[in-house]
Amino acid sequence: MALNIWRFASPQVIYPIAGRMIPGFMLAAAVLALAGLYIGFFVAPTDFQQGESYRIIFIHVPAAWMSMLIYVVMAFWCAIGMIMRTRLSFMMALALAPTGALMTFIALWTGALWGKPAWGTWWVWDARLTSELILLFLYIGFLSLHAAIDDVRRADRAAGLLALVGVINVPIIYFSVQWWNTLHQGASVSLTRAPSMASTMLAGMLIMVLSAWMYSIAASLMRLRIIILEREADADWVQEQIVPIAQGAKP
Amino acid sequence: MNWGSAAEFFAMGGYADYVWGAYGITVLVIVAELLSLARRKRTCLRRISRRVTLQESER
Amino acid sequence: MEAVLDATPDRRTGLLAVFSSVVQRDLLLAMRRRADVLTSFFFFIIVVSLFPLGVGPEPNTLREIAPGVVWVAALLASMLALHRLLAADYADGTLEQLVLSPKPLSLLMLGKMLAHWLVTGIPLILIAPLLGLQFDLPGPALAVMALGLLLGTPVLSMLGAIGAALTLGVRGASGLIALLVLPLYIPVLIFGAGAVSAAVSGLSVEGHLSMLAAFLLFSAVIAPWAAAAAVRIAVE
Repeated sequence: MALNIWRFASPQVIYPIAGRMIPGFMLAAAVLALAGLYIGFFVAPTDFQQGESYRIIFIHVPAAWMSMLIYVVMAFWCAIGMIMRTRLSFMMALALAPTGALMTFIALWTGALWGKPAWGTWWVWDARLTSELILLFLYIGFLSLHAAIDDVRRADRAAGLLALVGVINVPIIYFSVQWWNTLHQGASVSLTRAPSMASTMLAGMLIMVLSAWMYSIAASLMRLRIIILEREADADWVQEQIVPIAQGAKP
Repeated sequence: MNWGSAAEFFAMGGYADYVWGAYGITVLVIVAELLSLARRKRTCLRRISRRVTLQESER
Repeated sequence: MEAVLDATPDRRTGLLAVFSSVVQRDLLLAMRRRADVLTSFFFFIIVVSLFPLGVGPEPNTLREIAPGVVWVAALLASMLALHRLLAADYADGTLEQLVLSPKPLSLLMLGKMLAHWLVTGIPLILIAPLLGLQFDLPGPALAVMALGLLLGTPVLSMLGAIGAALTLGVRGASGLIALLVLPLYIPVLIFGAGAVSAAVSGLSVEGHLSMLAAFLLFSAVIAPWAAAAAVRIAVE
């Protein structure tokens, strides 16, 4: 029996599937966040160097990881879209981008708030924060280019190409910034000091990372459904299946 | 257990501004994302259903 | 453009001939609109000259900021000229003809990138040592700066061409190009300015320059292809 995978490349098929998956991912995100924060605040001990301020790690590191991962996944969907010419792949990429940008913003904000007690200044040009800032620029460029082009098909492919060029450049940029940072002997304190971290700290952090995964998936699926609706507004299946439900909900 | 009292917990060993500032903005950003998604979906559905009603009345 | 488009066998239609005819045509057009070329050139000079006025004439400070200032100004000046690279050809339909021509589009893009570099990059390289003197840079550092610009500015033209192609016919294109292209310029900035700084403090510059050369080779492989893909997306 040949299962037709291409069926899942159709927005009409994905729309209800995504709808059924969202509550599960949201719930998982909430439960994991509660567990992670409980471990982070009540089980993990006070850091002997940084005191309580290190507890920012439980959002900073997950947000930073997600921000990078989402960019790569976004570029992956763009590549699939370019090669297979599937509309849905580009919609996935577009649905991921704002969540990725938000994660980048959170990583920057929490990094600054952590830097103040750790380094005595809100911002240091440390390799990690600087790369994160550049990543934010890349997200903004992707979203701006997409928003600036009216023809959706062209916007998808142009922004997709930009994401691919960006993802090729990300390692080069990261390496350059790292190198530049060691050269200028900036901050020597790294934000993540994995080896000396207590195992409960690590556990709390990893659970928060999982929670960030779940939340990002849920939020992007929600956005994906909206993008599908916006683009397929004229399709029969939307007008026959979705609209009656929506109208029934608020008569 | 790290904290003797609720007050001690909220004081965060003197780092309250930094820790709660970080967590507060994160919560705010996430709530803002979810609210904006909900609003975007509502306006989209309203637009589509208005168009459907219009088409039906034309028929 | 006839030489490019006409595929009759009696004309020289080898790849090299096509390539050079694209370069020649763009150079000719640039010479006809000389004011445009001079704009980015003087922009570079003015931006660099503003810094001593803003920072103060202390020679030690100037020597320290000179590499970064010159390179940032070079980035901006190269970017300023990007909209010229393809926009006019897009508007008058030439670009569509290039896409339809049987010649590889990436090669034609490489020709356009080379022309852009010849027009905007070369003047910067020639004037930069003079500006470096104003910042009290020593002789060896000036030579390294020129060499670094020689390796780095082609990369700027090539990456910039991708941005120019992506924003063809888009509203607010010039602002958008900056947003798309400047983050990609960062590695060139780091190693270009780093080379000059190293030369000022008497360190070896070989590593920096070979990184710039690596970027040059890498973008020469990737950028024409990416720019061609972007042009196809825009023209389709």
